[in-house]
Amino acid sequence: MNHKIPYPVTDIIAQIRRDIIRMVTAAKSGHPGGSLSSADFMTVLFAEFLEQNPQNWKRHGKDMDMFFLSIGHISPLFYSLLARMGYFPVQELATFRKFGSRLQGHPSIEYGLPGVHVASGSLGQGLSVASGAALGKQLAGDPHKVYVLMGDGESEEGQVWEAAMFAAHNKIGNLTALTDWNRQQIDGPVNKIAGLGDLVAKWQAFGWMVLECDGHNLDAIREAFRESLKPRSKPMMILMHTNMGQGVDFMTGSHAWHGKAPSAEQETLALAQLPETLGDY
Amino acid sequence: MINTGNKDTRSGFGAGLFELGSRNPSVVALCADLTGSLKMAEFAAAFPQRFFQCGIAEANMMGVAAGMAVTGLIPFVGTFAEFATGRVYDQLRQSICYSQTNVKIAASHAGITLGEDGATHQTMEDLALARALPHLTVVNPCDYNQTRLATLAAASWEGPVYLRFGRPSVPNFSPVDGPFEIGKAWMIHPGEDVTILATGHLVWEALEAVMVLAQKGIRAELINIHTLKPLDEEAILASARKTGAVVTAEEHLVAGGLGELVSGLVARHHPVPMRMVAMDEGFGQSGTPRELMNHYELDAAGIVKKVCELR
Repeated sequence: MNHKIPYPVTDIIAQIRRDIIRMVTAAKSGHPGGSLSSADFMTVLFAEFLEQNPQNWKRHGKDMDMFFLSIGHISPLFYSLLARMGYFPVQELATFRKFGSRLQGHPSIEYGLPGVHVASGSLGQGLSVASGAALGKQLAGDPHKVYVLMGDGESEEGQVWEAAMFAAHNKIGNLTALTDWNRQQIDGPVNKIAGLGDLVAKWQAFGWMVLECDGHNLDAIREAFRESLKPRSKPMMILMHTNMGQGVDFMTGSHAWHGKAPSAEQETLALAQLPETLGDY
Repeated sequence: MINTGNKDTRSGFGAGLFELGSRNPSVVALCADLTGSLKMAEFAAAFPQRFFQCGIAEANMMGVAAGMAVTGLIPFVGTFAEFATGRVYDQLRQSICYSQTNVKIAASHAGITLGEDGATHQTMEDLALARALPHLTVVNPCDYNQTRLATLAAASWEGPVYLRFGRPSVPNFSPVDGPFEIGKAWMIHPGEDVTILATGHLVWEALEAVMVLAQKGIRAELINIHTLKPLDEEAILASARKTGAVVTAEEHLVAGGLGELVSGLVARHHPVPMRMVAMDEGFGQSGTPRELMNHYELDAAGIVKKVCELR
């Protein structure tokens, strides 16, 4: 990040977790589980590594890093992160999923929301799109990086593996993919629904550099991102070991919170565990 | 209108793409293991840095093209029309149309004239699928010259374009230098008694039908609707008002094709009797293009027959 953020990252993360709970509760729908599991490493990425100027974000991504959210359903995290980083006013978070809002249920480009390069929501497409953008940067001689966030359940989509082959074959070394490996999907634990097998070995066999990381340990996350910045000719996958619903005790580790809004009582219980740090929107 | 020699429309695409290679450095091409079939080899050889072989992985190819387009490139993705729509409809919808990425979809081997490969590859539904998607411009040129011009025009057109062409060698008769404009119908032959609106390979058949009808004393007006979206409503309605009868001709199912599109238009503004030359229902089969066109009455005789039904 090229500009100064006047808060400690831990404070931003705490506030984002509060925002997620409040947004989903207010909308009476949305996806808190994966939003909470990705919050730590995504905030570190945006606050400390992603080279973007939130006040001057461009959809074409020239002369800046680009980020693609393949798992569009974790829009509560994405929107809160963008707002807290200064891409748009935090007050707008109150419009999440409401009629006329730029904060659509899943990210859209139709309303000109800064931070969104393409729509996402239908799973499995983001890695292909990010690969194309990374090749676009190579053709333009732009040394900036392209990042994409995927889900472990999403890896059941065949297109993910088409893209995995393509990116390795084309030596897309300016591409870093992240998988939020929270081991839960809508219908249950991933290994009970459609087991992924040895995910590390799979990505390695597809020709990728692979890192594993504790996705809730900020120092480990920083170390992984630093490693990803070293010059390479292979795409890199960082598998982030996380817990669905991290930060709220009754949500942690349960697939039940993939796509369910808390009740008013549950919201109170959740917010009691999440300190207000930057001020609620 | 004279046939200057049979040529395949896909070669018109290949020629246009190759020209774009030198003309516009933002043009890139992607192909899913069909470089020869799509006539993209010349571009690939001349501009290797801007050609991306994606292998048999069409869904990924569509997404890669979308990502390239975000960065300002103008990607042309080439595959068979069946795979460019049916196989990747969700990618086309979300990453290209809803995301309004400037991707040009080169859809070859469309329709029944694909011939011997049979129904698995003969899409007769693709125009309906493409038409239904918001933000997608849909162009179905009629011959080599028009396909070349449509390819050049697609590169300058802002937004995603579905460019549909075919496999067989067919008469090449449209003017080499146009004029060709996306969304602007081409008046081929003015007439008074009936309007024939034709698209794609059926335009030459319609021209032959016009000659047969003239011998019967029927002065048919022939208009080429190469762009199904945006539709040149003004040209169609003006002709319908003049002749009071419309026949459409296309290499597609009735469902969602040019005929239904035009019938909706005239029903809203100026209802006239109509007939549709199109495949009624069902899948195709193996055979030569000519055998299949004759069998399904997607030919000059079929057009004459439908015109006579209106008389």
